[in-house]
Amino acid sequence: MKAEPVLSLHNVTKEYPTTPVVRALQGVSFEVNSGELVAVVGPSGSGKSTLLHIMGTLDRPTSGEVTVAGHRISQLSDKDMSSLRAHHIGFVFQQFHLLSGYTALDNVADGLLYTGLPLGERRHLAEEALRRVGMGHRLDHVATKLSGGERQRVATARALIGNPSIVLADEPTGNLDTKSSDAIVELIEELNESGTTIVVITHNREIAEAFPRSVGLRDGRIEYDTSWSEVA
Amino acid sequence: MATTLKPSSLHPRDLGRTATVGLRTRKLRTALSALGIMIGIAAMVGVLGLSESSKSELLSQLDRLGTNLLTVEAGTGIGLGSGELPEEAAGMIAQIGPVETTTVVSAVAEAKVYRTDYIPEGQTGGISVQAVDLSLLETLAGSVEDGQWLDAATGAYPTTVLGSVAADRLGITEVTGTEQVWLGEQWFMVIGVLEEFELAPDLDRAAMVGLEAAGEYLDDDGVPTRILVRVDPDQVDAVMAVMAATANPENPEEVEVARPTDALEAKEAADDALTALFLGLGAVALLVGGVGIANVMVISVLERRSEIGLRRALGATKRHVASQFLGEALLLSGIGGVGGVLLGVAVTTGYAAIKGWNALIPPVAIVGGIGAALVIGAIAGLYPAIRAARMSPTDALRTAG
Ligand SMILES: Nc1ncnc2c1ncn2[C@@H]1O[C@H](COP(=O)(O)OP(=O)(O)OP(=O)(O)O)[C@@H](O)[C@H]1O
Ligand SMILES: [Mg+2]
Repeated sequence: MKAEPVLSLHNVTKEYPTTPVVRALQGVSFEVNSGELVAVVGPSGSGKSTLLHIMGTLDRPTSGEVTVAGHRISQLSDKDMSSLRAHHIGFVFQQFHLLSGYTALDNVADGLLYTGLPLGERRHLAEEALRRVGMGHRLDHVATKLSGGERQRVATARALIGNPSIVLADEPTGNLDTKSSDAIVELIEELNESGTTIVVITHNREIAEAFPRSVGLRDGRIEYDTSWSEVA
Repeated sequence: MATTLKPSSLHPRDLGRTATVGLRTRKLRTALSALGIMIGIAAMVGVLGLSESSKSELLSQLDRLGTNLLTVEAGTGIGLGSGELPEEAAGMIAQIGPVETTTVVSAVAEAKVYRTDYIPEGQTGGISVQAVDLSLLETLAGSVEDGQWLDAATGAYPTTVLGSVAADRLGITEVTGTEQVWLGEQWFMVIGVLEEFELAPDLDRAAMVGLEAAGEYLDDDGVPTRILVRVDPDQVDAVMAVMAATANPENPEEVEVARPTDALEAKEAADDALTALFLGLGAVALLVGGVGIANVMVISVLERRSEIGLRRALGATKRHVASQFLGEALLLSGIGGVGGVLLGVAVTTGYAAIKGWNALIPPVAIVGGIGAALVIGAIAGLYPAIRAARMSPTDALRTAG
């Protein structure tokens, strides 16, 4: 019996009601199983961020079904979608989105802010998460004092802190130089090896090719998925 | 395998922390936008505190002076007779049951007072000579500033006690027993100077002599021009009603009966109008302060789009986002409210100290001040909070920064 996937998209479309209508996703279907590391790769405007938002339940598809951690989002209220994000999904963004006045520790602790866990416990887990990403020596540094690569490590720790079912990263290396970028990719691979399910969105084919599986996106459609050939 | 979904939740203490993020990182803006509310609340607390303090001051003043004093005067002016009451008026008034004491004052119109005997006739300095019963000081609840009041002995001799203004104008600052004034063409010894009368300010400008001395040395007839009457406090109105007819049964319309404490209360009532005006100004300041907070909050929501997007990604519900911004507005206005109450209390205390009053701040002003600030904060914060909550998380996240 096959384990149920952590994430599945079935025939997902997304239209932005602008004039003219933008069809950002046009019938996207794929599944991510627990423990996978998947790259979604495609040129600018191909719909990658739109896809990430829909996978992350930050937005609803125009049609099709998305299931995350066993929850079909067509059956969830906005509030339920928030709960799903709080407990099951971790995000890493290109712009890091750290709170500038906060220390690394408190930024990471905020990853569990909306789970209702008290601050003391969150800080304790945040310290662990920061050590996991190799930032144990920067706990009390204010976010603005960190380098780009360090900021992205902190943001990654924030995504990991609650042991989410899936981590979604949108161009995590997009604002970094090659060296920091390589280090972040390495970190992502390490985290995956220790069991975290991760989807990385990138326009960088090199990064994508280094991952065990990559999904090619173009004009809102899946162009290829390296897992297809395995099945065939 | 759909497990039940644990709802998002925000620990109340964390709600407090998130609501202060914006305030802590933008301190100057916080201070400035709280200032408007602070001024408004301070104005209201100050005005209420001052009016309460002055009211309590009036009450204790009335308590001290007694509200049972009536003055009976002969009307002056066209068709209102001679300016004198009938000779037997005091005796008649004393017959009224609830009357406790009567004190006669008889103006010695012909007599003038000068510092020396070579000052020209006309320069009287506006000082009148009044022949008075020895009970006057007690009846008017007056007090001696220097020297002493008339007694049975001095009241029969050419001695005088000066009202505070009269003493000032005559240049007599202290009583050593050697000061004399040229009163009614002869020397009178000054034996005392009085403090201001709260109930009879016109007597501050008088040189007072005993009725007996006035008859003896000034040729005064002792006919009362004014009678001061203390009555049973519960019967004041009843006595007032019959007073004119008793004092001058033939021409009661020529008699004016007044209650001097009414003037003090009237002054307080006039202050009430001023209080209302200042309260109105305070309300306007509050309104402006509220608009300021709304404005700052709207800007804050726009500036913090990416933070809002992040929080939604971390699992915040719309309600969590709304309460964060509403909480921020409430904190802003609360800071203003508390600051305003403190400032208002300080102003009241300071002013009361200068005036020598007891500072009295009604608790309702404090509770109401902070309450009003919070209500304004809630109203001002509502729209920005709803706007923040309605913001689409994806749009918010697409904002750079
Ligand atoms: N809110 C929106 N309203 C209208 N059109 C939108 C909106 N968001 C995205 N689009 C359009 O949808 C398409 C896909 O956008 P998306 O951001 O998903 O692309 P992307 O692959 O992430 O691109 P990039 O690599 O530049 O980040 C684009 O044509 C974009 O202009
Ligand atoms: Mg994108």
